[in-house]
Amino acid sequence: MLLREVSYARPSTVEEAVSLLTEHDGARALAGGQTLVNVMKQRAASPDVLVDLADLDDLRPITVSGTTLEIGAMATLASITRSSEVEVSRPILAATAATVADVQVRNRGTLGGNICVNDPTNHFPPLLVALGASMTIRSASGERVVTAEEFFVGVFETAVGEGDLLTRISIPAAGKGTGDGMAGVTLGAHGTYVANAAASVVDGTWRIALGCVGAVPHRATAVESALDGTDVDEAAVRSAVEGLGDTLDPPADVHASAEYRRSLAETSTVRAVLQAAEKARG
Amino acid sequence: MATTPVSEKVVRVSVNGTTYEYEVPTRRLLVHFLRDDLALTGTHIGCDTGSCGACTVHLNGVPVKSCAVLAVQADGAAVTTVEGLGDEELTPLQQSFSDHHALQCGYCTPGMLMSAAALLDENPSPSEEDVKVALQGNICRCTGYWNIVEAVVAAGKGVA
Repeated sequence: MLLREVSYARPSTVEEAVSLLTEHDGARALAGGQTLVNVMKQRAASPDVLVDLADLDDLRPITVSGTTLEIGAMATLASITRSSEVEVSRPILAATAATVADVQVRNRGTLGGNICVNDPTNHFPPLLVALGASMTIRSASGERVVTAEEFFVGVFETAVGEGDLLTRISIPAAGKGTGDGMAGVTLGAHGTYVANAAASVVDGTWRIALGCVGAVPHRATAVESALDGTDVDEAAVRSAVEGLGDTLDPPADVHASAEYRRSLAETSTVRAVLQAAEKARG
Repeated sequence: MATTPVSEKVVRVSVNGTTYEYEVPTRRLLVHFLRDDLALTGTHIGCDTGSCGACTVHLNGVPVKSCAVLAVQADGAAVTTVEGLGDEELTPLQQSFSDHHALQCGYCTPGMLMSAAALLDENPSPSEEDVKVALQGNICRCTGYWNIVEAVVAAGKGVA
């Protein structure tokens, strides 16, 4: 496929990348390109300038700093599945990365690129909201940190605006008493989701986020409050989740009616919570 | 001072051990660079949407879909295509594909071979499950996959 003509620059520092993104109208950051290159073929995106982040080695490391897991925006999904830092401090990120698409896509695709797309059927937006992640964004005027809930703004829209560059994703490292779960129904074994739920418990306090039911991940706050501080067993979870579907206004499409998505959201939540509760018990 | 974006760029890419220097339009996909500029037509274009894996090549040793990579992104990298797997002789993996009837029309085969070769580099004796995971990004519309999986498992056991 012949792409529309596009200019290209490959900066060697984050500062230079931010200058390029700021100075050129229609400039867009190119991370692994596993979404961007394909949507450029469809003309669904037509950037005038691609700013290739490939040489920004500062954005690749995965490290633990104190009690925070720091993942560079250019860390590939393959590197997350293999990272011992992730395995020790928040293993659900590795397990989830391993279920995105296929080997070839995971070898190129990055966590930063994945979340900057904010496809509502994707894995990481609800998971990062449930884990209480935060995102660091650089611009010409400096650096700012936003929570995952502030980061995901709308369908294909995030807090990363013109002239901005996402540099890292920070996730609290799990200690004892922490458990995470993710469940849902996908199109094919490793496809995008029809509906999903991510749940995380830290010392009896729950965070639950649903995907595919709205433009951005949806916090199931009533379920969280019902579960907080309780002894979680299956009956308790089912009772806490009952009625969740009625509070949602999910889209209907060729894969699922709105009614079916409400039902899947409830089932996914029960499964994600039970997984997390089991992990938290150790 | 930031560099100026360009629409043509000289790329230096090592392909199957030979280094090539070409000026390419920045919009050119790696798969077109390989097929049209270098005439290495073993790498196939199936879906051109990043779904089918027929265009799989190794980029710095790992399998990627060359229709979802720009040629300029491969600047400075080493690429291996299906032509680079063996010399005149078939590799044990290729022989195993032949022995197990792992191809019918053959269109997906270069991509299947590149994904399977990368798996065998990392895991010389993969299980059936390992092979299925490794080949998830490669679609075949003829074989029903069973013979492909058997061919890769057999190549790993050295019983091709």
